[in-house]
Amino acid sequence: MPRISSPAELEERRQNILSKRDNSKPCIAVCGGTGCHALGNRSIIDAFKAEIKKRTLQAKVNIRETGCPGFCEAGPIVVIYPEEICYVQVTPEDASDIISETVVGKKVIDRLVYTDPKTGEKAIHESEIPFYKGQMRLTIGDNGKLDPKSIEDYLAVGGYSALVKVLQTMTPEQVVAEIKKSNLRGRSGAGFPASIKWDAVRVAVGDTKYVICNCHEGDPGAFADRRMMEANPHNILEGMIIGAYAMGANEGYIFVGDEFPLTVENTAIAIKQAEEYGLLGKNILGSGLDLNIKINIDAGGYVCGEMSALMAAIEGRVGEPTVRYDHATERGLWNKPTCVNNLQTWASVPLIVNKGADWYAGIGTASSKGTRVFSLVGTVNNSGLVEVPMGMTLRQVIFDIGGGIREDNNFKAVLVGGPLGAFLPESLLDLPVDFDEISKAGGSLGPSLVVIDEKTCMVDMVKYFLTFLSNESCGKCTPCRDGIRQMLKIVNRINDGGGKEGDIELLEAISEVQRVAALCPLGQTASNPARSAIKHFRDELEVHIKEKRCPSGVCKILATASH
Amino acid sequence: MDNAKIDRIIDRHAGDASSLIQVLLEIQHENDWLPKEVLEKVSKKLNVPLSRVQHVATFYKSFRVVPEGLHEIHVCNGTGCHVRGAPRLLDKVQDITGVKAGETNSDLKVSLEVVNCLGCCSSGPVMVVDGKYHSKVSPVKAEDVLKNL
Amino acid sequence: MSEIILTIDNKQVKAEAGMTVLEAARKAGIYIPTLCYFEKLKPYTACRICMVEIEARGRVSLDTACSRPVAPNLVVRTRSERIDKIRKMLLELMLAHAPESVPLQELAREYGADADRFEKEPSFCILCGLCVRYCDEVAKKNAVTFVDRGTRREIMFIPEIALKECWDCKECFALCPTIALQEAYLLTKALASASFSLEPEPEQ
Ligand SMILES: Cc1cc2nc3c(=O)[nH]c(=O)nc-3n(C[C@H](O)[C@H](O)[C@H](O)COP(=O)(O)O)c2cc1C
Ligand code: SF4
Ligand code: FES
Repeated sequence: MPRISSPAELEERRQNILSKRDNSKPCIAVCGGTGCHALGNRSIIDAFKAEIKKRTLQAKVNIRETGCPGFCEAGPIVVIYPEEICYVQVTPEDASDIISETVVGKKVIDRLVYTDPKTGEKAIHESEIPFYKGQMRLTIGDNGKLDPKSIEDYLAVGGYSALVKVLQTMTPEQVVAEIKKSNLRGRSGAGFPASIKWDAVRVAVGDTKYVICNCHEGDPGAFADRRMMEANPHNILEGMIIGAYAMGANEGYIFVGDEFPLTVENTAIAIKQAEEYGLLGKNILGSGLDLNIKINIDAGGYVCGEMSALMAAIEGRVGEPTVRYDHATERGLWNKPTCVNNLQTWASVPLIVNKGADWYAGIGTASSKGTRVFSLVGTVNNSGLVEVPMGMTLRQVIFDIGGGIREDNNFKAVLVGGPLGAFLPESLLDLPVDFDEISKAGGSLGPSLVVIDEKTCMVDMVKYFLTFLSNESCGKCTPCRDGIRQMLKIVNRINDGGGKEGDIELLEAISEVQRVAALCPLGQTASNPARSAIKHFRDELEVHIKEKRCPSGVCKILATASH
Repeated sequence: MDNAKIDRIIDRHAGDASSLIQVLLEIQHENDWLPKEVLEKVSKKLNVPLSRVQHVATFYKSFRVVPEGLHEIHVCNGTGCHVRGAPRLLDKVQDITGVKAGETNSDLKVSLEVVNCLGCCSSGPVMVVDGKYHSKVSPVKAEDVLKNL
Repeated sequence: MSEIILTIDNKQVKAEAGMTVLEAARKAGIYIPTLCYFEKLKPYTACRICMVEIEARGRVSLDTACSRPVAPNLVVRTRSERIDKIRKMLLELMLAHAPESVPLQELAREYGADADRFEKEPSFCILCGLCVRYCDEVAKKNAVTFVDRGTRREIMFIPEIALKECWDCKECFALCPTIALQEAYLLTKALASASFSLEPEPEQ
């Protein structure tokens, strides 16, 4: 297929694709995401294929392996189009019934639709399921509608129209101004305004400039970024191409972990397709813009998500943060002007361009605009990928969308911000999803929300994260490496029943120094989980130390100790 | 070890020090682990001091500088799985196999690794045995999954 | 070279562009403790003992003197309650590894650091990286390297190279603030002769 050489030609191609599609033709959409993969979606797809063949329905029914629509808890998920009937927890044995009764017979199979465990109410369509109801799926809404391996699917849902708009009607300055007006803030968690970086790279002098998509996501409870990349890779590419146009960048990297094979695979396919279509490479859509995007695979390490470590890793070195006195926007990767943005930041760009900055800035709170995608995990009923407008309260996310706590246990805390975040107790659940509010509460608005219940022990959780960080710190600077080491020793002895009077104060003292003396944000915030546990659950820690007792019965030695 | 294949990977990047990590990843996908001779060869061909190759090969979690067992068991202990019972699962798997986390047993039959989030927290605790995912693995289910190893 | 005037501990100090705060201070005879710094090597900023308070454009922040470039009108304080508290804790963390280290003991006296505040660690190395970086940047032999990361990070000699290069060099020995280096070296030599392989030891 020849490269497309102008925006008009792309629109023509889109019309062509749409004209060949028959929307009334039944389509079985099976979630092909990593979550459903773990639940055996392959055998379901095989069962459908076999069944279709057996009934020689190949010409009458389509089958599509889609991106993750989000409701992983109820997976494997199958949606039957055009009626958009949503079936949950589907097994290969259901394939035959689904085809005969729903696809051919146009009847809903009662046992396969979602039943609200609280009300007993059935929900036939996504929009009726409480999990989806409260969401605002602006950037993940297409996931279930398209095959991530198909650029045609992306074009069919209007993909690359923002790029067309930019190339046809906007100057680079106008693009940056639009992003500025939208008040898009960096989705990695800190909420740094994207337009400041974009503008700095735009004006920076350099024959080569880089745009980098940080899809590293080493947070051990987060899968939002990689799932979005895996589900709708062209959306990210489109955001990056627009960014490259605005900043005058001609090289791009997508930095993604080796542990996520499906993400890497889908991204590689998308890049290749975009190149074939003339959306990447030389003279993109005839605009004169050249951009190559490569995947750089991270070989594993939480710290490598940090910007200076990330650039070291792309340059082929160990991912150790370094002190820099000039900004990456001037001297970044290989000392060239570089813009690193989180995957979700890039994902929001096509949306802002398409709908306009004013519209976007109309969603959210005074200082945090748009939506936030979380992986909602832990002991919550409906875990999965959720997208909510900024400003929604944590309570709404956990109880309305998440459906509350599993097995009717009591809520204990939600961890916002992963290993460098904070445990927030019940009393703070009315905090809104907002960069500044969460940061004031000691967390950061990272991509994961981990819900824990009363059966979880805070000492165990603190130990869990310190153990994680002791493995994942680069180990270069003293306050981080040895601070974490000693904090872990203290927490281990509390966990084992050897806690001493003064241990909590010692943890606090280490944390005080670590916060100001560590080289990079990992060390500076490594004590956040511990600090928040001390702040909100001090009693529980003290019971471990003074009474040698674990109220939740988790700490092994304490649970059985006969004091 | 398929020397010709490994040589081809290295030769493709000869002289390009910045490709060190990508080269080691590619080799490991081919060979499962990174023997010392390979590291030496990579050092020479990419023109990176062996000391730096060593640091990289031990710094990143994906790299293995000792051989893997015939069967690979990965138990996910991401936060999601941790609070849904991964520690109990891990204990059970260690019991059944007699292999400690992070180790391979002496006859190189089973390697047990604890990994961070595999991205399927909703089906936790998750265990991957020789590439096959097993979800919501209770200690009892673990016994069932591992009985054929 | 353009001259830059800054204030360190209430003293007007002249420096040249491109210098670090540490270099400017040393030139003016003002002492700032260092452990991972060596003038022939690039700043590494790992030990953090050289942290000072720096006031620039009305804002006070902490930074490592060994890396911070001088700038006009910087106001630097090399001692304060806050700095002393940081240095004390850092020393205590390092003394858990190298209680016998003379430079650490001297600093511990100055800052009132308690060598027994933290549980001891069975390694004698504070990972200042002087040997690794000297061997790389100055000697250019790359016989010694870091391995692993996080709390498992260590230094290791590459046996084959060490056997060839180190005996006649040993220039890094003098830089080591603890006694670790010699020990590690001797250990490696012994192991190398016993056909030590490059694989790191299994984790304990
Ligand atoms: C220890 C550590 C880990 C990080 N991991 C990630 C990550 O996985 N993904 C990410 O986008 N940013 C991560 N960051 C933040 C990046 O340094 C960087 O600020 C971010 O990618 C910028 O994107 P944004 O401005 O769009 O938010 C991490 C930071 C630290 C200190
Ligand atoms: S704070 Fe931790 S992760 Fe960051 S440089 Fe220091 S040791 Fe490495
Ligand atoms: S001397 Fe400056 S950080 Fe070590």
